[in-house]
This record gives sequence, C-alpha cells and structure tokens, in this order.
Amino acid sequence: MAAVGSACLFVGLLTAVYAVGASLYGALSGRRRWVDSSRYAMYALAALLITAFGVLEVAYLTSDLSFRIVVQSSSADTPTFYKVTGMWSTQEGSLLLWVLLLSIFSAAVLRATRRTMRETVPYATAVLGGIAVFFLMLSVFAESPFTTFANPPAQGNGLNPLLRHPAMMIHPPMLYSGYVGFSIPFAFAIGALITRRTGADWIRATRRFALIAWTFLGFGIMLGALWSYSELGWGGYWAWDPVENASLMPWLIGTAFLHSVMVQEKRGMLKVWNVSLIIATFVLSLLGTFLVRSGILSSIHAFGASTLGAPFLAFIATVLVGSVVLVLVRLPSLRTEARLDSLLSRESIFVLNNLVLVSVCFVIFWGTFFPLISEALTGTESSVGPPWFNQYVTPLALVLVLLAGIGPTVAWRRATPANLRRSFLVPVAAAAATLVLLLALTPAAESVPSLIMFTLTGFVLAVVGQELWRGVGARRTMAGESPPVALVRLVGRNRRRYGGYTVHAGIALLFLGVAASSAFVDQRDVRLRPGQTSEVGDYEVTYREPTARFLDDESGTGAPITFGAVLDVRHLNGGERFTLNPARNYYAASEGGGPMGAFGRFFQGESTTEVDVRMGVRRDVWMAVQPDLRALIDPIKEANRRFADLPGDAQALVLAAIVERYRSDSPPATFRTLVSPMIAWIWIGGGVVLLGALLALWPTTGARERRVTSVYAARLGRELSRA
Amino acid sequence: MEYALALLVLAALVTAFVAIPLRRDEAAADAAEADRRAELEAAKEAKYREIRDAELDFRMGKVSEADHRTTDRELRAQAITILERIDALGPEQAVEAR
Repeated sequence: MAAVGSACLFVGLLTAVYAVGASLYGALSGRRRWVDSSRYAMYALAALLITAFGVLEVAYLTSDLSFRIVVQSSSADTPTFYKVTGMWSTQEGSLLLWVLLLSIFSAAVLRATRRTMRETVPYATAVLGGIAVFFLMLSVFAESPFTTFANPPAQGNGLNPLLRHPAMMIHPPMLYSGYVGFSIPFAFAIGALITRRTGADWIRATRRFALIAWTFLGFGIMLGALWSYSELGWGGYWAWDPVENASLMPWLIGTAFLHSVMVQEKRGMLKVWNVSLIIATFVLSLLGTFLVRSGILSSIHAFGASTLGAPFLAFIATVLVGSVVLVLVRLPSLRTEARLDSLLSRESIFVLNNLVLVSVCFVIFWGTFFPLISEALTGTESSVGPPWFNQYVTPLALVLVLLAGIGPTVAWRRATPANLRRSFLVPVAAAAATLVLLLALTPAAESVPSLIMFTLTGFVLAVVGQELWRGVGARRTMAGESPPVALVRLVGRNRRRYGGYTVHAGIALLFLGVAASSAFVDQRDVRLRPGQTSEVGDYEVTYREPTARFLDDESGTGAPITFGAVLDVRHLNGGERFTLNPARNYYAASEGGGPMGAFGRFFQGESTTEVDVRMGVRRDVWMAVQPDLRALIDPIKEANRRFADLPGDAQALVLAAIVERYRSDSPPATFRTLVSPMIAWIWIGGGVVLLGALLALWPTTGARERRVTSVYAARLGRELSRA
Repeated sequence: MEYALALLVLAALVTAFVAIPLRRDEAAADAAEADRRAELEAAKEAKYREIRDAELDFRMGKVSEADHRTTDRELRAQAITILERIDALGPEQAVEAR
C-alpha cells in the first residue's frame, strides 16, 4: 500500500509539472485545448492526492506499523478519532494535507471558471500548479509520508498527549484550508497582472474562495484558542505565541483584502492596494506554514526541527520578490478608475480600516520576528511577551471595533452631514446609555480600555440593529410586505451585506469577551488538603477529595493513569453551587526504566492537564490541578525493589495499588482557579462571525437558477423588478 | 515491483485523462463567445447588485435623493452598456446546466 501512496505522490508531482507547462503553452500559443488539458491535470492531481490520503488513513485505521508516520503518531490503542486525525500532527502528513487541500481548491476554482476569464485562468493554473510542485517536491524528496520500516516495531508511539483534544485535531485542517484557500485569489491576481486584466473580474471569480479561506482560518484560530483555554492548564486562550501570531497575521490582512476588494468592485479603486494585500496574505500564509514546520521558533506547536527551513524560505522569497516585481512592472494597468468623492464615504472608512488592520499585523510581525532577528544579529535570545503586544494592539483593536460600527452606516461615494447625523443618532445614544449603565452599575471603570470596548460593543450592536430595522422599513415601503416577511427577504436578498453586518456584530461580541475576561479575571493559585477551603473572586472552593483512575480512560485521552480532585464550589451570595473535577493525565515514559525504575516510568512521561470549567454567559469558573506525587515516591521505590521482575499482568496490579494510594492517602494538591467574566462571549462572538460568513457565502436562489438555464438577454427593468 | 507497477498504471491513467481535451477539435469561436457571454453575465449580476444596494441605501436614508439619482443613473448606464455587449454577441444558444 505504501508503494501505491508513493506512486500517487510521484505521478502527482509529474502531473503538476505538466499542468504548469500545458497551461503556459496554451496561454502563449492561444491553443485552448492545452489550457483545458492543464485543467484536467489539476483534476487528476486532486484524485491522486485523495488516493494517497486514503492510503494513509487506511494505514492509520489499521495501525499498520510498517508506516513510519503511523509509528510516530499512533498506536493500536489510540482512539479511532485520533487515528483518523493523527496524520497531520506529523511533518509529512501536514505537508500532504496542505497540497491535498490545494489540489481540491484548485480543481474547484478551475471548474468554476472554465468558461470565463480565458486569458487569466491559464496563468492562474500555472501559479497553482507551481505551488503544488513545490509542496510535492518536499513530500516526494524530503518528507515522504510513505516511508516504511523493513522491520516494523511492535508498538507505535501514540499521539502526542497534548494533541488529544478534538479542537486540536480539527484545528490544523481548518488553518490549512485557510492558508491554501488564499492561494486561489493570489493565483488569479498574478494571472490578472500578467494579462493586464486588472479589473474586477478576478475578484468576482475568487471572492467566494477568499471568504471561505478567511472563514476557515478564523475558525481554526478560534479552535486553537479554545484548545489553549481548555487543555493547556494556564487558563488563558491567547499567549501571543509565535505560531498563534503566524495564523493571525494572514487573517488580518485577509480581512483587509475582503473589505478592500469591495471598493474595487464598486468603484475601480485601490487596485494596487488589493493585489498587494492578497500577495501579502498568501506570503504570510506560507510564512505561517514555515514557522510551524521549520522548527525555527520554540513553541508548543513546533514539534521538532526539520530540513524544510531553507527550501521554504527560498520559496517564500521567490513568491514575494516575483510578485512585487510583477506589481511594479504592471503599475500602469493598476491605475484607479475613479477618484475618492468624499472623505465622508464608505471608501474612506475602508481605507482607514485597512490601514488599522495592516498596522496591527505589522505590530504582531515585529513582535514575532524581532526576537529572531535580534538573536541572529547579537547571538542573545530575547522575547517579546504579551504586555508588549497588548500595549500596541489594544488601542488599534478599539479603533477597529469603532470602524466596524461606522462602516455600515456610511454610504458609498458620499454621505452628507445630515445623513450621518440621522444614521448615527440612535447608535451613539445606545453607546452613551451603555456607558452610563456601566459606570453606574459595574466596576468597568477600573479598566478604561475595557470600558471603551464595552461602549463600542453597544455602538456596533446598535448599528447592526438599526440596519436591520431600517432595511425592513425600506423593504416594506418598496414591496408592501409584513415585517417578518420583509426581514427574511431583506436578509435573503442582501446576504453579502447582512452577512457582513453579522460578522461585525460577532467581532464586537468577541472583543467584549476579550476585554471583560482580560481586565476583570480573578485568579488564585493555592495548595489545599482535602477539607480545606479557598476563595476566588465571588466563589468559595472546597477540596472535597482526591480521585485516581488506572486504565480507566473516560475522556478518551489514552492516559493509563489520571489523578484528580473533586471540589465543591459555592457562590458567596449563596445561590450557585456545583462541583468541579479537574485532573491530570500521566503517560508512561519509554520502556527501560530510567531513574524511577520499572514502575516510576509510568509517572515520568508526558503529563497533561484536564481542566474543568463551569461555563456561563456571565462568567466561567475554571480550574486545573497539579497533584503532589511525592507521597508515592516510597511506594514506587518499594515496588521497583520487590516487583520489577513480575510479568506484565501482575505488575499492572501493583501499579493499580500505587495509584489507589494516592486516593487513600489524600495528599495536598495545588489548584489554579480562575473566575473569568464573560469569557464565553469570545466563543459566542466567534460563532456569530461564522454564522455571518456562512450567510455571506450562501448563493442566492436567483443566481443559482440563472446558472442552470439561460434566457435571452433580459431587459434591465424586468430583471431588476424580480428582486 | 509494486511501486513500479503502481507508477505505470497511474501514469497511464493520468495521461489518458489529460489527453481527452487534446483529442477534441480546437475550440470554435462559439466557445470563446460563450465564455465571453458568461463573463458579461457575471458582470451584469454584479451591476444589478450594485443598483439594488444603492436603492436600499437611499431607502434607508444614507444618501440624499440628489446623490442617489446621480449614482443610480450612472449604474444603470453601466448596466445597459453590459446588456448591449451581451446582445452584441448575437443570438444566444441554450447554455447547458452547470
């Protein structure tokens, strides 16, 4: 089977090379058949890589330990879900996933554009094929997922315990779908530049792919934050970790791109800006992949150094330099078609919005790469931590949320002061009311940035509400519909607009959660014995009893030993009562004993946190435990001395007895407790953003019908009146 | 051996597949015209969307009546230009379902 997979990769490489050559030949010679053949080659590439992927998945599911990749990241007793998803925890598997997604996205966009953009598509195909060639060369010659053992080991290593969380296993395909998805508008931008067809055609053809990429990338980032919050044991969701930043940067520039292309579509403006933004987005996507896979940064995500650093850097440099040169050469064809009519216009707001987004990205870029540059120049390690990022990103984030409220209220081309007064009256009043209530009823004033963010959230939500209200009113005036029907048809026929407004509302809610949970969190680290009590925020926490489990893998993590605790939590006002059960999993170190011997190794391998969280829309109570295993040292030593030579089944009984000692001896444990206000609004806001994106992506019924059948050219008024 | 065999079979399949368009006659002018029509149809839909957006903005009080009239006139003129270009392509054949 490995041979089939390898053959798929090699033939895929040849196919991608052919796609590049055939598309360029077809473009230069005007022979359409070769362009069509190159498109077929991309379809074939997708089929080959799906086959290769299928071969690997079968190997994982059957625990075929002749595959090196399976040994690295799976084992016979790995739960099925983690077998299926374990592939992309490895270097080789993640590269295959990248190029697989690229081939699928490429096939889809080439299928969709097979009848349009005759001049641009061949060059876009060549670019997509070229990207595939790069990744396939890495897979075929450097990091093949089909390397096998002549003598397979008896056991696999299993999946890294830190990754045994559903969010973490869905996170990579989401991120990669985002990175890969942005290659589509990038390729078409390059094609548009080469052919000088720099109007809005390439944007229209790829807008949906850009939005899909943005959605996937955002969802992947949210999953990573959720994993950090619920798995890593420090209680936070964003640490400005270099690899977190690497995924955020293309998302920020992608956000700027999605806004900016609207200006080009409507007004023919910002052409240079748009091609530059999509080039930057794609380069940052490659950079994000590079940072994770090269091992250049020490991070929880960088699971080991690799040989990919130099080729990746060379490829990124080639893409960047080549793209910039092309933009400079084609500047004459990127001239704006219209001028800015007024500073009081949506175009101006979008330009400002883009400047802020690019600024945020620049800050993050500098903070992420400065330590590397500094180390390269001085030889001294340095780091930039969360306080530095927060200092510069926070004010920019406030401006972004403000613009998220202003943008929808301002018209294209020109808004008059009278119109603006009318548009802003209710939202500003809502924001003022929000501010007054916060000052009167909450301690929000203790954090001025948070207070401003809460106020701006009120502003944005009021704007979105007003847009719906007035839109329904306009629809009722035009079509005489009842309010519910008007609302449904308003949103249904303006999905891009109201999908976008929903995204804005979601972003405001997300930042609300960030502001509240960052500024007003109560955290306490305390060491307790069973029966002891501590207070955190408005809660009293009592350590009731320890727990111990041996070969009882309730949560599917594959951990043989789990120590935890049961804690009774009570709100100081008396109303709310619940229990929390945080725990810590222990995985065995490799066989051979080690300093703690045959039994001690079961406590010396990886250990992971199983936090417990009481979630709520007003606040989360989050808890993690660090058991104190010193009480087990003597029993372990005794077991090593007396029972090390027993057969495996008997040793298991001894180990079970040691584990039970933890529960019966009731040693103290250290608990970290966080009471985080409104942190759930981060996930709720993220969900609203996702909803808005899906709404904006959903094709309209009329458009679908017009694609299915074609009628003779209809007159303008008749077609518009069908709206 | 297995690898070589898989290589040969896959290469043969891919070669046969990518050669399908090469065995067709070079696309006639009709195909180019159909492609151009599809592009213009897409541009037309985009322009209609703009006209509807502008109407909605006016109805929601974001723009003055004078500004809306100017914008609407411009957009409709652009839409009519697109329609004229579509019509100039000649009588349309039925387009197969996509």
